[in-house]
Amino acid sequence: MRHTFRQAFSSGKFVTGFVILMGLLLLVILYPLIFRAPPLQIIAQGTFFPPGIYVSAYDSINAPTTYTLNLDGAAAKRVAAKLKDEDRVAMKEWLVVAGVPEDQIDISDAQKLLTLWAENYDPAKQVKGMTLARQRYFQRVNNAIQGLLSTEGAIIAVRQPESGALQEAGAVKQTDYVNISEVPNVRILPLGTDNFGRDVFAQLVRAIGVSLLIGIVAGLIATGIGLVLGLLAGYVGGAVDDVINFITNIFLVIPSLVLLILISFSVGQESRGAFTVAVVIGVTSWVWTTRAVRAQVISLRNRDHVNLSKLSGHSLFRIIRGDILPYIMSYVFMALILQISAAILAEANLSILGLGPRTTDVPTLGLMMQWAMIYQAHILGKWWAYFPVLISITLITFSMNLMITGLDQVFNPQLRN
Amino acid sequence: MSMNEPLRPSAPPPQVGPPPQVGREKQTCLSGTGVTKLFGFGRTKTLAVDHVDFNFHEGEVISIVGESGSGKTTLAKMLLGLISVTEGDIYFQGQKRDISSSRKKQEYWKNIQAIFQDPFSSYNIFSKIDDVLLDCIRMRGGQRLPKEEKVKLMTEACSFVNLKFAELTNKYPFELSGGQMQRLMIARIFLLKPKILIADEPTSMIDACSRATILDYLMKLRDEVGMTLIFITHDIGLAYYVSDTVFIMEKGKFVESGSADAVILTPQQPYTKRLLNDVPKIYEEWDLSTV
Amino acid sequence: MGKVMLEVNDLTTKYITRYNEDVYAVDHVSLQVEEGKTLGIAGESGCGKSTLALSLMGYYFPPLYYTGGEIIIDGRSISGMKPDDVRRTILGTEIAYIPQAAMNALNPTRRVINFIEDVILAHDPTENKKFIYELARASFETLGLPPEVLQKYPVELSGGMKQRTVIAVSVILRPKVLIADEPSSALDVTSQKMVIKMLKNLMETGFIKSMIFITHELPLLYNVTDDIMVMYAGQIVERASAREAVFDPLHPYSKGLMGSIIVPESGLRDVKLTAIPGAPPNLKNPPAGCRFAERCKYVRAECRYTNVALYDAGPGRAYRCILSEKVLRDCYEHERAIAA
Repeated sequence: MRHTFRQAFSSGKFVTGFVILMGLLLLVILYPLIFRAPPLQIIAQGTFFPPGIYVSAYDSINAPTTYTLNLDGAAAKRVAAKLKDEDRVAMKEWLVVAGVPEDQIDISDAQKLLTLWAENYDPAKQVKGMTLARQRYFQRVNNAIQGLLSTEGAIIAVRQPESGALQEAGAVKQTDYVNISEVPNVRILPLGTDNFGRDVFAQLVRAIGVSLLIGIVAGLIATGIGLVLGLLAGYVGGAVDDVINFITNIFLVIPSLVLLILISFSVGQESRGAFTVAVVIGVTSWVWTTRAVRAQVISLRNRDHVNLSKLSGHSLFRIIRGDILPYIMSYVFMALILQISAAILAEANLSILGLGPRTTDVPTLGLMMQWAMIYQAHILGKWWAYFPVLISITLITFSMNLMITGLDQVFNPQLRN
Repeated sequence: MSMNEPLRPSAPPPQVGPPPQVGREKQTCLSGTGVTKLFGFGRTKTLAVDHVDFNFHEGEVISIVGESGSGKTTLAKMLLGLISVTEGDIYFQGQKRDISSSRKKQEYWKNIQAIFQDPFSSYNIFSKIDDVLLDCIRMRGGQRLPKEEKVKLMTEACSFVNLKFAELTNKYPFELSGGQMQRLMIARIFLLKPKILIADEPTSMIDACSRATILDYLMKLRDEVGMTLIFITHDIGLAYYVSDTVFIMEKGKFVESGSADAVILTPQQPYTKRLLNDVPKIYEEWDLSTV
Repeated sequence: MGKVMLEVNDLTTKYITRYNEDVYAVDHVSLQVEEGKTLGIAGESGCGKSTLALSLMGYYFPPLYYTGGEIIIDGRSISGMKPDDVRRTILGTEIAYIPQAAMNALNPTRRVINFIEDVILAHDPTENKKFIYELARASFETLGLPPEVLQKYPVELSGGMKQRTVIAVSVILRPKVLIADEPSSALDVTSQKMVIKMLKNLMETGFIKSMIFITHELPLLYNVTDDIMVMYAGQIVERASAREAVFDPLHPYSKGLMGSIIVPESGLRDVKLTAIPGAPPNLKNPPAGCRFAERCKYVRAECRYTNVALYDAGPGRAYRCILSEKVLRDCYEHERAIAA
């Protein structure tokens, strides 16, 4: 047994796959220990906040210390962030209409452009042929760039409780900075939020864990059924073999996805938890394992070491346990990994079709995909809602397939060089 | 061959007629009437063994000779009770053989044992040499013996085939060479002391130099235990060398049988003649014009 | 003495194992095969006889490496050629090789004639198919194979027929030397005889000029070959005519090997078979001195450190033992007397 493990770990492919999988597993286990927030808590008001570090604006203004930093190009950056390229082009368009010669307008020079704008823009001016919507747009641009070039700070005022009058309470200069570690409320959303306003990353970590669990449960069930039926059919043979073969063939001709959908549907929305889905996937995907195990056992059954074991008076159970199982164990282990990765994909398939686990406490990779689909994240370009999920599914199945390929090279003498 | 016969061993006059033991009363050990094995059904039906009758006497060395596909291995497996008999009866020591339950089978296998062709696939690669030998002690009812007694038995069995148990204990069979594995197989038989031993091509996978050793141990074992030895082989030369009685098998049937000298030196059936004619020899000329 | 078709001088080749150990499977082997002669190679499994066959073709692929020596086919040295050049210019025309399981190497989806086309087109891409077909048909007729076989798929042929077809395909370009490595060991005796008959026929009809025949079946070797070379642990231990090698071997190993022959012939039941105890040495780490010393009945103290050369013992005869011919013969005679 130890020898087998050493052999497996001598394969580079197996080790690579194993490291990727263990990395994911470590993330699943460690992340909730460090960040204790419930993964499905709705924290954002609004949908699809982009990934980033969210700093409380209130707290940053009220930060205990402010630091003055004189950084080059701070003003230019500020202007550039406010004044987008399309706005500049629009401004130029308006200015040309207003009678400024086109060659005098340089949209790359924000300073000049803004001066020209301030001199010429008149919100009341009616331009011929311009829609009202377009006029409103220019008014909005004008409002946005008001005071953009001013070097003054912003004044913080508090309302007097009695009179309601504003009184200056402080000023924020343009060169004022706060240290983010001194701001009490900061939330890192590495993958933003989803349509319900939940942290996508926390959700993803939990979903990987749940999906792996579904995969393992389904894989163990499928491999267990497959192994038992395959051993019976292969070793006992005769009528038992015929019956098992008949059942296997029936399952084989019906596409397992159809079967999966029908069973999931008939189980009903109410009782379809993550575990139920895992069981349903497990009981529909044992067919290939059965076939493969049966074929292996049939070839082993007539081997001389089995005959010798019989001649030594060993019981049926002892022969299966001692002379058959150890020989196919490496194969069954590979089949198990394959089943796990297939089950994870099957869960994703089912969930996208809306037949996945009915749950509001745990996410799965499939459910995350489904939510992203329903809220059209892919059409709105909110990549963070679905792309990391895709990557995770790919990474899990890739690492598992890599492990199998590695094991195959170790255990299958024909592929060994 | 025009050259002088080189170094030919002085040939005794060819013995025609019954083998030497005919003088005393021979006890039938294993016999069968109309033994048949049919594989598959419908169009894929193949008759592997076709109504064969045989009578193996106690203490004899018997060879069943046939080419691949002649059904000799199937017959051997039926004799061993590893596969069922489609039709016909096998009698063991005059009684109709009954292996209907696993208990009866275990009882039967105390009397009949086998050595297989390929020593490399005859052992479970996951169990140690000790387990193989301890199984034999258990089968002889010695599972309650004290440990020293068991080790003594195993050591004795190993030294019978010139192996040292002390060097083998806690090792796995695949750590041995082919010849050593086959010797260990004989040590196993030595412990079991069955009445009948079926040796299915016991020397075809090992080197010529070790062949004599294996055959010597088998013969020594037969003399010691007094068992009936049944060789299953494709090598007609080996059959001639080791056996008292030879059965020639073709397409599931015995075409010729009798004492080794009678069958090999004065074959009657065309198949036997052809077989003998096609085997390369070293004293007689090998006539290539007859194919 | 006929023209020498194949001459090998001091050929040494090695395998490099996964653990980077050198295994010298062919160790300073020299041999000569004359026109019209068949040389047999005998030995236990693992003695290097199959490796020698591969090495003779000059067709080296990892883990097999050439380390020294010379191979001369019909006066032309092929040692040091690149595998690709060997394939294009040597294989098939100068030397042909039939491996152990040749008959199972045929691609089941192609007809026999396609294999012949492959062989011929590999050497001359301009040949037209009509001509190839005529050539193949003529060759098959000469070799006694029915020409219908050309249009058949490998699965439609019996084992013996498949093997004979493979042989016919490999000699279609009339190579000078044919190396046959256990060409008949997977066949039943009748098919084996047909294959052997065909091989002999190849020589008579001039398809090949000489042959190297490798098998572990000594009676077969004796019947097919003119000379026999006995190999042990990568070295030649004896070389003699077939008759001398089988009936009058000199080297103790050959003596043991020949003493294990079993044939169904009268009088041979009472012969005591010889057994050689022990196993051949591990070639990763061959012992100093004589490699057979460990298993030899007549071992002397000096055997274990003296590097034994191949001694000449008359025309075409050589053996690798420090004992003289006379001493060896006396030993064997003495033993025979005891047995009798």
